[in-house]
Amino acid sequence: MRGDDSLAPHATGSRAPSYRAYLALAAAGFQRYATYRQATVAAVVTNSVFGFLRFAVMLAVIDAGTRTVAGYDNRQLATFVWAGQGLIGVVLLWALPEFAERIRTGDVITDLLRPIDPMSQLLAADLGRAGYAVLTRFVVPVVVGALVFDLYAPRRQVTYALFACSTLLATLVCFSCRYLVNAAAYWLLDVRGPQTAWTLTSGIFGGLYFPVWFFPDAMAIGLIVATPFPSVIQIPLDILVERGSPAVQLGLLGVQAGWVVTLLALCRWVQRRGERKLVIQGG
Amino acid sequence: MAYRHLLAAQVRSQAQYRASLAVDVTGSVLFGVLDIVSVVVLFRVTPTLGGFGFAEVFLMTALASCAFATADLMVGNVERLRQYVRSGLFDALLVRPLSSLAQLVAMDVATRRVGRVAFGVVMLVLAAANAPIELTLARLALLTVTPIAGAVIFGAVFVATATVAFWWIESGEIANGLTYGGLNFTQYPITIYGALFRRLFAYAVGFAFVAYYPTLALLDRPDPLGAPTFLGYAAPAVAVMAAVAAGLLWQTGVRHYRSTGS
Repeated sequence: MRGDDSLAPHATGSRAPSYRAYLALAAAGFQRYATYRQATVAAVVTNSVFGFLRFAVMLAVIDAGTRTVAGYDNRQLATFVWAGQGLIGVVLLWALPEFAERIRTGDVITDLLRPIDPMSQLLAADLGRAGYAVLTRFVVPVVVGALVFDLYAPRRQVTYALFACSTLLATLVCFSCRYLVNAAAYWLLDVRGPQTAWTLTSGIFGGLYFPVWFFPDAMAIGLIVATPFPSVIQIPLDILVERGSPAVQLGLLGVQAGWVVTLLALCRWVQRRGERKLVIQGG
Repeated sequence: MAYRHLLAAQVRSQAQYRASLAVDVTGSVLFGVLDIVSVVVLFRVTPTLGGFGFAEVFLMTALASCAFATADLMVGNVERLRQYVRSGLFDALLVRPLSSLAQLVAMDVATRRVGRVAFGVVMLVLAAANAPIELTLARLALLTVTPIAGAVIFGAVFVATATVAFWWIESGEIANGLTYGGLNFTQYPITIYGALFRRLFAYAVGFAFVAYYPTLALLDRPDPLGAPTFLGYAAPAVAVMAAVAAGLLWQTGVRHYRSTGS
C-alpha cells in the first residue's frame, strides 16, 4: 500500500477514539505479561543474579564502603544497583523487535486499519505492561537487595512522588527509543543494526553498567542533557538516591519531560514518513 | 564430513548479505569494546579493584573476553534450543544420523561474532604486553592455552544452561545469568565477590579458571585467598571436566525430551 495522508485509514481529530479504547489496550498489555508468569520468574531471577554481580563490582570500587565515589556512598550505590535492576523490567530496556517484524511481514497493515494509529496502540499497551512490571519485576530485585544489603531509603517524602514521575517519564523515553529502532524497519527491513546500537549505548551511557558520573563531569552532564539515554535509568535512580537538592531533581524531571516531548514528536514524524514508504506485497 | 558442509553452508548464506554482515560484525566488535571500556571507566574512579591494579584486571578482562567471545561464536546459538523444543523442530535433528548437539551448533553458527573474537585477541596481546609478565616458555604456553580452555568452560556453560529448555520451556533469559553473567564475573578478580557467590560461580562452575588463576600464575602473584599457584595451570583439566558434565547433561536432556506433537 502506498498511501498519501488523505487516505490514511486511522482517524484524526473528528473521530478521535475515546480514552476507553486506550484503557482497554493498556489493560491488554498488563494481562499479556501477567499471563506468562514463568517468564516473569525467569526474568527477575536473572535481574537479581546481575544485581549481585554489579553490586560486587561497585562495592570493590568504593573499597567495601570506606569512601565515597563520584558522590555516591555505599548505601546509595546499593540502591542504585538494585533499583536499577528493577527498572530494566519497568522500562523494558531490551525487547524483541516485534513491531519491526510486523512491518517486515506486512502484518502492520492490520494495525493501520484500526481507528487508533499504531504508535498510540503500542504506547497504551506498553504502559499497561509497565504497570505489571512495577508490581513484579521492580519489586523483586529491590526486595532481594534489601534482604542481603543495606539499601539507601529516601529521607524526603517528596522523593517517592518524584521517583514515580521520573519512572513514568523514563518508561515513555524508553518506549520512544525502542519505537524508533523498530520503525527503522520501514526503510531497512532488518533492524539488527539499530537494535545493537541501542543495546550498547543505552547500557553504557544510560547508567546501567555504572553511574554516568563515573565519566568526567563535563561528559556526564553532556550525556544527561544532550542524549536520551540517562533519562531511562540514570535520572530516576539519581532521584531515588537523592543526589542533589529537590530543585536539581525537578530540573532532571524537566530534562526527561523535554526528551519525552521531543522523542514522541519524532516517533510520530517517523511513523508518518514510514507509512508513505511502506509497501505491502500483495497476496 | 557432514558437519563441515552444514557449517560451510551457514557461513556462505550469512555472507550473502554483505551490508548486514558488515553491520553485525561492527556491532560484535563494539560489544568487545564495551567490556574494556567498563574496566577503564571503573579505574578512572578507583586505583585498585579487590586488591588488583589496572594492568592485572585488564589482563583478566582480556582473557575473559577472548574466552567468552570464542565460545559465543562456536556454541552461543545453542540458547535457541528453547525455540526448537517449543516449535517441535528439534524432532528434525533427532531423526538424522548425526549428533543433535553438533547439528544445532553447526546450523546456527553466528559468523558475525568473529568480530568480537578478533578484537578480544588484539586486547589480549595488548594486555599481556602491558602487564609485568616475566615471559618464560611455560607462561607463553599458558597465555595461549588459557583462552582456549576458557572458551571450552564457557561453551560447557552455554550448553548446560541451554538444556534447561528440555525441562522448562518458558525459562526465558534465565541462562543469561550464567553465560553473560559468567563473562561479567570472570572479568574481575574473584576477591571482590561475597563468599557464597564466589563458591558458586568461581569454584562450583569453575569460572575462577577462566581468567583469575591463570592471571595470578602469569604474574607470579600469590592468591590473596590462599589457593596454590599450580591452579593457574589447571584450566585445561577443569575445561575437560566441564565439557564432559555438559555433555552428560545434554544426553540426559535429550532422553527426557518429549516432542510437542504438533
